[in-house]
Amino acid sequence: MSSELFYKTAAELATLLEAKTLSSVELTQAVVARTKAVDPKVKAFNSFDEENALAQARASDNRRARGLAQGPLDGIPVGFKDVISVEGQPLTASSKMLAHFVSPYDATVTRKLKNAGAVCWGRLNLDEFAMGSSTENSAFHTTRNPYDLERVPGGSSGGSAAAVAAGEAIVSLGSDTGGSIRQPAALCNVVGLKPTYGLVSRFGLIAFASSLDQIGPFARSVQDAAIVLSAIAGHDPQDSTSFAAPIPDYRAELARRKGPWKLGIPKEYFGEGLDPEVAASVQRAIEFYRLQGCEIKEVSLPHTEYGVGVYYIIATAECSSNLARYDGIRYGHRSSDAKDAIDIYFKSRAEGFGAEVKRRIILGTYVLSSGYYDAFYLRAQKVRTLIRQDFLNAYKEVDAILTPTSPTPAFKRGEKAANPLAMYLSDVYTIGVNLAGLPGVSIPCGFSQSGLPIGLQIIGQPFQEAEMLAIAQAYEQAHDWASRKPTL
Amino acid sequence: MSSPTDLNIDHVANLARIALTSEEKTKFAEQLGDVLGYIEQLKKVDVSQVEPTAHAFPLYNVWSDDVPRPALPVELALKNAPVQRDNMIVVPKVVE
Repeated sequence: MSSELFYKTAAELATLLEAKTLSSVELTQAVVARTKAVDPKVKAFNSFDEENALAQARASDNRRARGLAQGPLDGIPVGFKDVISVEGQPLTASSKMLAHFVSPYDATVTRKLKNAGAVCWGRLNLDEFAMGSSTENSAFHTTRNPYDLERVPGGSSGGSAAAVAAGEAIVSLGSDTGGSIRQPAALCNVVGLKPTYGLVSRFGLIAFASSLDQIGPFARSVQDAAIVLSAIAGHDPQDSTSFAAPIPDYRAELARRKGPWKLGIPKEYFGEGLDPEVAASVQRAIEFYRLQGCEIKEVSLPHTEYGVGVYYIIATAECSSNLARYDGIRYGHRSSDAKDAIDIYFKSRAEGFGAEVKRRIILGTYVLSSGYYDAFYLRAQKVRTLIRQDFLNAYKEVDAILTPTSPTPAFKRGEKAANPLAMYLSDVYTIGVNLAGLPGVSIPCGFSQSGLPIGLQIIGQPFQEAEMLAIAQAYEQAHDWASRKPTL
Repeated sequence: MSSPTDLNIDHVANLARIALTSEEKTKFAEQLGDVLGYIEQLKKVDVSQVEPTAHAFPLYNVWSDDVPRPALPVELALKNAPVQRDNMIVVPKVVE
């Protein structure tokens, strides 16, 4: 437990706020001051509005004074990945296409967090339109890993992960389409959770790949992730893909679920390409569970090797469709150089989109185009069925699956940027989870010799976030990696 | 089945309505060629008896009632419009 306010967990802070030994204004001032002190180095934020945050904090303190505090998130500064709409705040997707866009309405998760009394704090950097694994594709700047400023924080939610790691937000929201919450969480020594597809509404999230995208929390503890998840989850009539499942009190469920569990270790996730230090940390974690009385069982997910290929057909196909709306007409960048209406499309999109976004739109358009749809997109959807079946078969024998989150710790800026395929392969352990629609969480499980964080991924059964979080917390309670803060 | 060199980047960029520079065309064709080469391995999978998955936990016929609800007011809807006049978005002529 750290003495600085900006490093305390939301649960710790809620206790202080409830006891009125701390006000939301004091807490928010501490977070703002911390951000101003370290963000010139970390560069997690695209923008923030100090006055607006303090006004929200004052409103929280007023509610509390009148006995109307809304729960554990009331008065807590929450950071937002700059793809989640907060009314009146910028919504840029870290793209020139939306550099001046201001949200006209709240996302559903934003509305829910406001109802919970949270202080909506800042706009956090990402790979442009959520496409990337390092935050190097941001059109604005590259966020640094707080544990080594020469290295990437991961992506695409790099700003959201770095902010929580560096004390610039107490918790934050990111989005995850192929690993974009879990991978940066692993690289930045924080907890990052992707819910089951459909658990959290996508209304107000800038769409990348509609059958894969989910919003989820970054936090410094499993308990905090549980608190945020309870606040944001739930059926939404404005998202026709959201599930009408009852939402448990995830925090209360943690206390009730103690294991032991049957845990599956997929052999295909421990082969070539896995850094030996990552493998060793994860093996030590598996051993911990074994010593706690869990049954550790090797399982096979035979279609693992096809995951990246399937993903880069389906996700690019879906994004080529979702990004067709950025045409320079109703909002976003409009070229001043266009000779007619159609030319507005060609030039606005050429000027507004960065290289990775263009690459993915081109690839997605190709795999959906006449003559190629069956060979690529339809085939990928069928292999997706097999990938999903692999997991569901494994779940006949085990409660959850343990894997490394990322094949390597944080890599250096520029190291993979020139080779798109190498960058795509860093998603190998996270991607199948999105294709299968399952929940996944990354928790800290150690550091490399050179001081870089390593993450353990726990993959849960559909809509079994409570069990998955309990498994995560069992490890966390015996290993205090979270206390090892970055030197900034 | 297609091979990586089947990617006609001019045609696809035209479909995607993105004006690529000739440098971009060369670079992307090569980079995407690598990715498509990697994706070729999907041909190895026997999918003859497999149904496609459009999304992981399918929902069917998610209806909403045909009841009017408050909508975004015009001023907010046009807040980010590049050029507007009289509650409309101004665009170049599309019909001669």
